[in-house]
Amino acid sequence: MSHILLRHRDIPDLHKMAVYKKNGGFVAFKNAVTKMKPNEVTDVVKNSGLRGRGGAGFPTGMKWSFIDNKGWPHYVVANADESEPGTFKDREIMENNPLQFLEGLAISSYAVGAAVAYIYLRGESWQVAALLDEKIAEMEEAGYLGENLFGNDYSLKIHTHLGAGAYICGEETALLESLEGRRGQPRVRPPFPPSVGLYGKPTIINNVETFTNVPMIMANGADWYKRMGTADSTGVKIFSLSGRVRKPGNYELPFGTTFRQLIYEHGGGILDGRPVKAIMPAGASSSLIVVDDKVLDTPMDYASVRTLGSELGSASVIVIDDTVSVAWIINKTVHFFKHESCGKCTPCREGTYWMQNITKRIRSGEGTEDDVDLLLNVAKQMQGKCLCALGEFSTMAVVTGIERFPQDFKKAVKV
Amino acid sequence: MSLVKKHPKEVKQILSKYPPEHKRSAVMPLLYLAQRGEGFVNKAAMQEIAQILEITETEVASIVGFYTLYHDEKAGKYRMQVCTDLPCALRGADEFLQNLCGNLGIKVGETTADGLVTLEAVTCLAGCDKAPVFQTQGPDGIKYHENMTVDKTLELIEALKEVKE
Repeated sequence: MSHILLRHRDIPDLHKMAVYKKNGGFVAFKNAVTKMKPNEVTDVVKNSGLRGRGGAGFPTGMKWSFIDNKGWPHYVVANADESEPGTFKDREIMENNPLQFLEGLAISSYAVGAAVAYIYLRGESWQVAALLDEKIAEMEEAGYLGENLFGNDYSLKIHTHLGAGAYICGEETALLESLEGRRGQPRVRPPFPPSVGLYGKPTIINNVETFTNVPMIMANGADWYKRMGTADSTGVKIFSLSGRVRKPGNYELPFGTTFRQLIYEHGGGILDGRPVKAIMPAGASSSLIVVDDKVLDTPMDYASVRTLGSELGSASVIVIDDTVSVAWIINKTVHFFKHESCGKCTPCREGTYWMQNITKRIRSGEGTEDDVDLLLNVAKQMQGKCLCALGEFSTMAVVTGIERFPQDFKKAVKV
Repeated sequence: MSLVKKHPKEVKQILSKYPPEHKRSAVMPLLYLAQRGEGFVNKAAMQEIAQILEITETEVASIVGFYTLYHDEKAGKYRMQVCTDLPCALRGADEFLQNLCGNLGIKVGETTADGLVTLEAVTCLAGCDKAPVFQTQGPDGIKYHENMTVDKTLELIEALKEVKE
């Protein structure tokens, strides 16, 4: 099957304006602006069943329809802060198929009536931002951005904005704070960004991969898109496969592909032919899944992964084999969240600090059985009490690791 | 020299991205601009940015302190930032970093005697399928180096020695 998002793998030089145009580029945007009303664009996206690819899986068209038409101006923001350990899909899109992403951003901006859109990139993506700036300039020159597009009264500007190394800025309200020139600390919600967003104005925020779907949906129709994937999770998804597999990388596959197909058919199986011990399907934020045949044959869609006591999230599948101790894994994940906690709310700031101390002790062989109980206790006390999802995420691998892999902690502690 | 005098075009271009009444948004790109020469943001630059954006110097300093890619102290000409998060660690990132330390004769956080490289361990760089991976943060911006070995890294360091301003 040819790619829908990673089309550069099928079409050489797709990042070039001439090649992108030759392959249908900007027809969907022109059609939308010249032949459709904004809400008609939203309806097509709604009917396609497209869900947000950043991790939460919220229906995209529905989000757009929440934009508050009493407050103006409207803004659109692309969340390109990709920082979840195990996720590396947006970078491949922006580096190789940037025009499709930008066209999707432009169509979305038209649909919600935004005349300015920002792309918030993680600071490490310095080179990607430079490339996007180049592409934005080419679009301005070609008449796809600027004033009165296609002779219509719609105008649009797109700007890039670099973050500076803070995972929390992938949380959409922390992202807005950062874009406004403040420390990236989450806001209390509600109100949600479609009512009160950037500069207090109605704002739609979507992930890079979500936007990149939009031109193809507009060009081929909602029904075409819905034919791929499952009823609950339509279309295709880029699965970022990492960890102890032979061929780590991005794989664009329909929702409903099984873990076994991803790991063995596409990923070439496990290093040294070892058995799979655990899977983290949503990066470091995941609950750990104990792997057996039933798990391997589970389709990867939002609903099915939930039945395994985990979440699909951004589909960053980290594969762990039987040479790896779960006590070591949770020290790694907790270290990450402790480093990235923004410090605004106490349960997360203090909880991640203490979890780091205890997991370090256990990992180094200095921990006791009481430490394992204490760790579980701290993690459970954090749950449901943090201001944003980061604190909650930091506990997922800890709690499921201890509960689902007790033998690893027996081995790790002093008796 | 002041930012505005040194980079007049860039400062103007950065400010044009944001609504004039929300020019505070320009703090992050201005900090990158200020950091470009010396590899860290000095006090005078923070004062100037505060002045341009009509916010306090403390607010600017709080941004520098919050985000890991801004620095307020001088380090090596290049910061070599190795990812040691879970997916990379599952593919040998910790051993890679340890071997690199051994070869360079420095610990994580230290700078080589010639002042060229400061070695750091950082969180996820979104290069999990190409571990070991690190970025160099230096006068030429931020660059990725993927599928690295110690030998390839030592070669890179030799090449960095040759780079002129």
